[in-house]
Amino acid sequence: MENLGLFFAILGAALAALLAGAGSAKGTGMTGQAAAGVVTDDPSQFGHVLVLQLLPGTQGIYGLLVAFIALQNLGVISGNIQDISLLKGLSYLAACLPIAIVGYISAINQAKTAVASIALAAKRPDQFGKSMIFPSMVETYAILALLISFLALNGVSSLTF
Amino acid sequence: MSEEYIYAVARIRGKELSLLNGQFMDSLIAAKNYQECLRLLSDHGWDAGEGDAPEVLLKKERDKTWQFISELVPDMSVFDVFLYANDYHNLKAAVKQVVDTSEHTGIYAEKDQCTIDPKQIQKAIQDRDYQLLPEDMQAVAKEALDVLLHTGDGQLCDVIIDKAALEKIYESGKKSKSDIMKLYGELTVASADIKTAIRACRTGKDKQFLERALVKCESLDISRLADAAVDSLDSIYEYLERTSYSDAIPEIKKSPSAFERWCDNRIIESIRPQIHNPFTIGPLAAYILARENEIKTVRIILSGKINDLAEESVRERVREMYV
Repeated sequence: MENLGLFFAILGAALAALLAGAGSAKGTGMTGQAAAGVVTDDPSQFGHVLVLQLLPGTQGIYGLLVAFIALQNLGVISGNIQDISLLKGLSYLAACLPIAIVGYISAINQAKTAVASIALAAKRPDQFGKSMIFPSMVETYAILALLISFLALNGVSSLTF
Repeated sequence: MSEEYIYAVARIRGKELSLLNGQFMDSLIAAKNYQECLRLLSDHGWDAGEGDAPEVLLKKERDKTWQFISELVPDMSVFDVFLYANDYHNLKAAVKQVVDTSEHTGIYAEKDQCTIDPKQIQKAIQDRDYQLLPEDMQAVAKEALDVLLHTGDGQLCDVIIDKAALEKIYESGKKSKSDIMKLYGELTVASADIKTAIRACRTGKDKQFLERALVKCESLDISRLADAAVDSLDSIYEYLERTSYSDAIPEIKKSPSAFERWCDNRIIESIRPQIHNPFTIGPLAAYILARENEIKTVRIILSGKINDLAEESVRERVREMYV
């Protein structure tokens, strides 16, 4: 029980990578299906639809980044693991939650928007620029969650309790 | 699951670009002759060989649609609701062939446009082996054949089979998880009921006949429709005025073909939102209906060209397009 703080901190890092990654995996899977459908009949659309397919993949990267920072602060990566209090471990967990939860939800919703945008790009290739904007809007909230997780991790690592 | 059809819908989006639009139909109507129509269709990607008869050309296009859809959907039974009418048409043909033994060709719908092999229906009726038919068709087949053999009343035989077909379409649409299939079932039954009521009123049929012929649906109260049909055409219009079919009244007054056109246009209007739906089976079903509507309209125009009908007369029959 004395390492419970470390457990919660690593749980936070794991959730950040896991949930955001799962959302991105599902999201890019959905957009990939739509992209493949468009490219089947019009291979010249590959470049356009590839960009749209990748958009929901960013949340997974954000989750990975937050997990990496958390693990680095804990010394897991360098092999110099710190002994931290339960309160500090829970603080690490809380710091990771924004990107974990928002990452998962935004990846799936961004994928739905990107699927619709792929249809738009397929029908009106000249409107590709506009079709990029709609799913990009959803990205805003993943970035905000990343920012909060990042700031919170920095703050937690300097706590002395 | 709405995400099941993402790939299929994306492919449909590409195919929608090659659907014929109203502008194209105008140019087809304005074409000098049948051959020019074929050339225009060929330029648009239709498989129109020089000298192709309309039925050959339209069959090729219908086959292309179903072939394409079968590539996208592993279980084609989801679209059975669109094919039941052909099954019951085949049943009608098989029943009538028992009485009229003279050789007829082309009276059955094509096997790939049905859920039951037409030969199986034919055999079931000829041998009176109703077990060969699906359960819900057995009693109808027996009743229709008995009526035809004992009374010789072809119209009553048609009524029995048509009612069963409409009930099947309605039930199948209702059971479907897709809103568009539900809507198709509802509109098909409602428009058939209105047509039956109008025809029955014009030919002076009694309420018993109407009760036998009309099929229950949500958007019409068939009991009130039957009462109105027994009374007068004005009573039918008065009843329809209070339903969602009030805008059909001027078309009904114009002619039966104008009302047919209104029914087809109503279905196309109802499915048009599917153009913007990136998920679900809806856009696939809408594409099938759009292609059928396109084929029907091209048939009208080509028949007009072959029979030298006036441009205006053809234009009156042309349906609204999906795109």
